[in-house]
Amino acid sequence: MVCQRGRGKKEVGRRKYNTCVIRRTAAVAAAKAAAVLSRRLRFGGGTALPGLVAERIDPDIVPALVLGLGQGSVLVTGTNGKTTTARLLRSIARAAGLRAVANRAGSNMMRGIASALVEAAAWSGEMASAGKRLGIFEVDEATLPHAASSVRPRAVVFTNLFRDQLDRYGEVEHVAQVWRATVDELPSDVTVVLNADDPAVASLADVARGRVITYGMTDTSSGVGTLEHAADARWCVSCGSELSYEAVCYGHLGHWRCPQCGKSRPEPDVQCGRLDIGAAHLDLTLWLAQGHVTARLPLTGLYNAYNALTAAAAASALGLDRVAIERGLNAFTAAFGRQERMQVAGREVQVILAKNPAGLNQVIRTITANGSQTDLVLFLNDNIADGRDVSWIWDVDFELLAGKARSVTVSGARAWDMALRLKYAGIQADGGSSPHVEPEPARALRQALEATPAGGTLYVIPTYTAMLQVRDLLARWAGRGAFWEGE
Amino acid sequence: MKGLTLRVAHLYPKLMNIYGDRGNILCLQRRCRERGIEFEVQGLELGDKLNPTDCDLIFAGGAQDREQRRVAVDLAKVKGKPLKEAVKRDVAVLAVCGGYQLMGRFYRTAEGEELPGAGVLDLHTVHPGPHAQRFIGNVVVEWNGTTLVGFENHGGRTHLGAGVEPLGRVVAGFGNNGEDGGEGAVYRNVFGTYLHGSLLPKNPRFADHVIETALRRAHKDFRLNDIDDTIENAAHAAAVRLATRRSIIG
Repeated sequence: MVCQRGRGKKEVGRRKYNTCVIRRTAAVAAAKAAAVLSRRLRFGGGTALPGLVAERIDPDIVPALVLGLGQGSVLVTGTNGKTTTARLLRSIARAAGLRAVANRAGSNMMRGIASALVEAAAWSGEMASAGKRLGIFEVDEATLPHAASSVRPRAVVFTNLFRDQLDRYGEVEHVAQVWRATVDELPSDVTVVLNADDPAVASLADVARGRVITYGMTDTSSGVGTLEHAADARWCVSCGSELSYEAVCYGHLGHWRCPQCGKSRPEPDVQCGRLDIGAAHLDLTLWLAQGHVTARLPLTGLYNAYNALTAAAAASALGLDRVAIERGLNAFTAAFGRQERMQVAGREVQVILAKNPAGLNQVIRTITANGSQTDLVLFLNDNIADGRDVSWIWDVDFELLAGKARSVTVSGARAWDMALRLKYAGIQADGGSSPHVEPEPARALRQALEATPAGGTLYVIPTYTAMLQVRDLLARWAGRGAFWEGE
Repeated sequence: MKGLTLRVAHLYPKLMNIYGDRGNILCLQRRCRERGIEFEVQGLELGDKLNPTDCDLIFAGGAQDREQRRVAVDLAKVKGKPLKEAVKRDVAVLAVCGGYQLMGRFYRTAEGEELPGAGVLDLHTVHPGPHAQRFIGNVVVEWNGTTLVGFENHGGRTHLGAGVEPLGRVVAGFGNNGEDGGEGAVYRNVFGTYLHGSLLPKNPRFADHVIETALRRAHKDFRLNDIDDTIENAAHAAAVRLATRRSIIG
């Protein structure tokens, strides 16, 4: 696109085009080389570095390479559920016979998108089987405006908006404003896919110029019933009054209504009409315009049911058919850090990333749902990617764990903060002892495994950077490849 | 300490609870109950009246700008006057972050809008604009011969007037305005601070100081007995280590 700039004089234009192509080729080549190198040197899988290199050489690499995606692109943003929703959508795209180009889990800023595009492109910058290529990019809440203008997506999907890393993203209200401004500027041929159950997300429909598709949970029998402490958008976007809820799913998601001005949850276009949450599976029936979809997923927890619903809504916004949605959902496999199960030292280990109150509340409800005593290890880091402010743990309902934990280990740079929070929540392990504190991650993980009975399940609940540490340790101990292989 | 009750008026718990402020209430409750002191907390939302003779401690937490605007209106119309009356009667006040800003004379937002405060503290806060650096990070403050630890995250710069003292001196972090080395403010029995994290659980001595201040009004020379603070002290020490190490690196 940008290469065609300055076409005023033909000659100048042609020369410019040539330098542009050269620069593009150089950018792709250098980025591909960086990817190979960083994998060989095990620099964390090379998820961001190639994109960084490519963007440095050619700042317009993303707008140029997306032109090779014959099926266009979709962006997935929101506080929680981006990675799993994007992954579910990839599975659906695959079932529809498309070839997805997607950024790696959590690498959701511009350089992550650039890396994915470079990897999919040939050395020339051309995309093989371009006609079947669909870009599926998860995008950090703050990166959305830039991503929307560079990628020029066919659809933008919003999951939810919760308080998350206030030191990094700013206030929830600030993120909401950025989203409104972005949606307001989207061309009218872009479809916006919105969560009807989240008042802050649903109200983006007010500023959308193009088609809007909403999705929501109609079966609320698995909901938490009342608003949790971590509920954020409890005020009406239009008039500021306190919203009332007919049903609460979790956080502030539910069937909401403003008693003052009458604004209320829109009737969703795509609905989850039936939901059964098992210990290791979700069984759901989705209602789409094209008919019903039934699926069983190797995930659990209400928040993951939302992810499946969101992916189905996104797929129908992209015009993918019902059969592909059903096949794609049923073919889904869990990812590392998102409930993937693995065997380590005779125990089943499940790593579940948790980085904000709404997410961690859902994780706690999920792991305590089957009534048996749980073994868990919590890792709390305070690096930039985790959020440097650990105040958020005081907004989590750890009290739900009381009496349900057999062994609790806490670790990470802020292990003592977590230990203190658990003391307040009245969490004591089996014998009435306090949680075991071991700031050093490898030792903590080993001790937590030892505290878990053979054949039992250990839940590992890390913040983002802790997940990267844990992942490498577990991959080594379980004798398998690093996470980025086969993802 | 039988028969004692700490009565807390929690201002705007639904509107002003953004930075783990629940931890402060949980802490007051726990530290009272462990000493056999009854604990009562009353949440006062927009429109609810504050009775200055009805409480020993008034608590206000942090909020986003939008909520702060609505609180400012309520302070002006409903709660500002009784709040001043309570301060005059030496009721203890603990105000954190946004709550702290609104205890002052005014808060000028990033957009230049001036929100009137309750005026119980002689200070004002100015946000230099949407592009100004936010003061974000771990803080260590020298207070009363010991330290306070917490996390700050504010765009507003607070400047103290002649009538108030800073709560402490900044050892690591920004504090009130990033210039004069002061953090927070004290006037009579009012404590204002930018520190959350949550503030009280990790600062057990300060938490006890607030409780004692609140109860001494009715019970002169009241002192709390020591309780087991092993985990509290470990968390405090770890926070000091992290904050000071990082400030050296930059």
